[in-house]
Amino acid sequence: MRQKVAITVNGTRFEHEVEPRLLLVYYLREYAGLTGTHVGCDTSNCGACTVDLDGHSVKACTLLAVQADGAQVTTIEGLAKGTELHPLQQAFWDEHGLQCGYCTPGMIMAARQLLQRNANPTEAEIRSGLEGNLCRCTGYHNIVKAVQAAAKTMGAAADRESPAAVRAGGH
Amino acid sequence: MAISQLIGASIKRREDPELVTGSGSFVDDLAQTAVVHMYVVRSTQAHARIAGIDTTRAREADGVLAIFTGKDLAADFQAPLPVTVCFVPEKKYPPQYPLATDKVRYVGEPVAIVLASSRTAAEDAAERLDVRYERLSPVVDIEGAIGKDAAILHDDVGSNLSFDVKRAAGDIEAAFAEAEVRISQRLQQQRLIPVAIEGRAVVADFKTFANTLTVWSSTQIPHFVKVWLAVILGIPETQVRVVAPDVGGGFGSKIHVYPEEILAAVASRRLGRPVKWIEERAENMRATTHGRSQIWDVEIAAKRDGTLLGLRVTQWLDLGAYCSQFGTFQVLGLLVAQGPYHLKAFEGRAIGVFTNRTPTDAYRGAGRPEATYLIERVIDLVAQETGVDPVAVRRLNFVRKEEQPFTSLLGLTYDSGDYTITLDKALQMVDYDGLRREQAEKRKQGIYLGIGLCTYLEICGLGPAAPTQAATGVSLWGMSVVRLHFTGKATAIIGSSPHGQGHETTFAQVVANVLGIPVGDVDIVHGDTAIGPMGMDTYGSRSTALDANAAHISATRVRDKAKKIAAHLLEAAEDDVVYENGKAFVKGAPSKAFTIQEIAMAAFQTNRLPKGMEGGLEATTFFDPENFVWPFGAHVCVVEVDGDTGAVRIRRYVAVDDCGTRINPMVVDGQLHGGIAQGIGQALYEEAVYDDEGQLKTGTLVDYMIASAPDLPSFELEATITPSPVNPLGVKGIGEAGTIASTPAVINAIVDALHPFGVKDVDMPASPEKVWRLMHKNGGSRP
Repeated sequence: MRQKVAITVNGTRFEHEVEPRLLLVYYLREYAGLTGTHVGCDTSNCGACTVDLDGHSVKACTLLAVQADGAQVTTIEGLAKGTELHPLQQAFWDEHGLQCGYCTPGMIMAARQLLQRNANPTEAEIRSGLEGNLCRCTGYHNIVKAVQAAAKTMGAAADRESPAAVRAGGH
Repeated sequence: MAISQLIGASIKRREDPELVTGSGSFVDDLAQTAVVHMYVVRSTQAHARIAGIDTTRAREADGVLAIFTGKDLAADFQAPLPVTVCFVPEKKYPPQYPLATDKVRYVGEPVAIVLASSRTAAEDAAERLDVRYERLSPVVDIEGAIGKDAAILHDDVGSNLSFDVKRAAGDIEAAFAEAEVRISQRLQQQRLIPVAIEGRAVVADFKTFANTLTVWSSTQIPHFVKVWLAVILGIPETQVRVVAPDVGGGFGSKIHVYPEEILAAVASRRLGRPVKWIEERAENMRATTHGRSQIWDVEIAAKRDGTLLGLRVTQWLDLGAYCSQFGTFQVLGLLVAQGPYHLKAFEGRAIGVFTNRTPTDAYRGAGRPEATYLIERVIDLVAQETGVDPVAVRRLNFVRKEEQPFTSLLGLTYDSGDYTITLDKALQMVDYDGLRREQAEKRKQGIYLGIGLCTYLEICGLGPAAPTQAATGVSLWGMSVVRLHFTGKATAIIGSSPHGQGHETTFAQVVANVLGIPVGDVDIVHGDTAIGPMGMDTYGSRSTALDANAAHISATRVRDKAKKIAAHLLEAAEDDVVYENGKAFVKGAPSKAFTIQEIAMAAFQTNRLPKGMEGGLEATTFFDPENFVWPFGAHVCVVEVDGDTGAVRIRRYVAVDDCGTRINPMVVDGQLHGGIAQGIGQALYEEAVYDDEGQLKTGTLVDYMIASAPDLPSFELEATITPSPVNPLGVKGIGEAGTIASTPAVINAIVDALHPFGVKDVDMPASPEKVWRLMHKNGGSRP
């Protein structure tokens, strides 16, 4: 028995009839056609499927598509503006924060949420903030550096725009 | 060789923009039309006879196109899965086919495949498939496997013993007779699961009338897969193409032709439709090869001053249920166990057994982590027993710089190295003497600080062709084609393909450096068997040592031809022409130069070429070096052990590595970071645990612990550079060095911290519970 869902992904509203058991991550990959959100485990440990749902970081393998009915979802594909990378994407590139790149979309989405909550995190706060995302290539060393670098550029950008934005940690 | 600004430049990776924006091309991301989904039905039993498979109800399920069992497909396989010599030509092993037929031998072994219109339809149907098993006793431990009462896995082998071989040199009896110190120790190499974050993934597309097969696979070895698919399926090699697109990590677990690649191809041939299989994590934990799973028994003969004399070593290897393709590669560990030290005699024995567990094979380092763990633990055991500082024991036994190239007892020749320079630098970085003072102070306060060293030497860059063929059965070399196009842009086709190592960037640096063109003018093409003559693929830290040197040589040959063309165009003698920064001109007259772009164009205007010269500007190189490369380094780990809980915290991790010339230091450091983290994972966190029934108890990432960011420190890295004399770039491999070095450094640090408790060794992973128990085994008495 299929169910109708309306989900807005990266600003585009989609309507589909889906099986109730369909996971959000497969909805994004197979219905919305956005393959940047990856599947790395069956148990919500690896975080490769992390996306933003109504302002919360969620693992898209842990949510059914029907639970996202009516929601606004941002995926990794929604961060760059054309060819202008989001500061986190730029920082992961600059700091060699990825190798095989499979965990990277989820890692960046988790880091984005982390910086939204805490615009100027310490190394320990970054490490604990990314605890739900596994990377097997980098040993996290350069991921931490990338998040620090992004925090700096995002803080500077927010500073230029409005001092209040720094406190809110927005981007 | 000129080292220009491009060699040694930390250029940002060109691979990254696609990957950070979610535009990567992993197998499951590739657009496919009309694809059929394959689900693999796997054994739920460790050891059982298959009494029957009833597919009736499954066939009736929605969307099912076909179901095949091993018996259904028996005629489709013209050969079993390949097994290579890998140091043990004497071994006995059974043939393994993609699907089990009469017996299953490990949990996760493929038994049948279901082909359906969707992933979920295939899985739903598989649940309706009824496999009836008759249970047999499972064999789940290494020594028990050859016990009297052990059930036999393979009747045609006759026992669970695959091999029992000796590799020895020197007079071991004399060494032990001379010894003032004798130590016996058993060292565990627990079973590990590689866990690339992208599991395996295959799409196979067989075109019936053309008789062509194209396979996209998340593999480290597209060329090997191509050859073996052709052999096993009886399709001409020319009709098979294998593509490794973006590959989400490998770590050795993707260096085989796997049953699923063959099954997807067979299913596509049977159905005339493209077939897709995406491994789930639970499958990956059981059906992708595991690593290590060994026991090492060592007897040490040494002198009271710390001089090593001899080692008697027995390496027990758990092959798992079958002999995997490179399943005996780990015996290399025995052959390189001498490390960077002098030794008078070595007696090694390797015993390989079958158990009802997932087959083991190469996992990051493959043999060298085990060897390094052995010898670096040996050094610390000798230090502990004699009271000589572990640094001094290392210095006393080191092969000296002036002895290079040094030949080991078992006949391997080290290419270059001064093992004191990395050690000196690491000790200085970590302030070794200061740490020892702090350790003594803290012990008085009941705080347990430990300092662990590892001064590793490893062999990599497989290989030169002759010794690799003799030892492994595969002739290994590097390959590149460098081709200049009409507009002076270059393409380099290379024989290895990355899964995170950054080849597209570093290889472009190598080629651009030789041709004197912008790095952005060089395109690197890899991972597609249709485009180059052949490749030996990616494992054993071989890409830079072999294929990057092949690219360097091809580019040099292209440059030489460009110079000849320029001389002709300049109407000058070739010897009078110089080539610099992408321009050729007569010595002293740089204003009248031909650029490489102009020369490339001339190369395709054959009327402008010297008489008899062929058109085009390209060169193909098969690079066969004179020796392996031998990176080395010194790692120091500083830990604090919590006296109340046994928890280990890494306070500092310092590493000085020498991998010769560094093409892109940023990428080199990245390889080290990840390698160190993986080795720490073995030391502290990871273990594949089976119960007595042969069920994997750590079959998900809930139970099998991969370190996450808070579990690891930042790493402090420095380098020394001792160029390798055996290749023109002077490079040595670095993909595995971190993993090889870090495991013993961490364990040596923990044992050092526990010194006051009389602890000599700790089994890995050194969990808080194990450490706490060691601290309390004498009733919790503390100094």
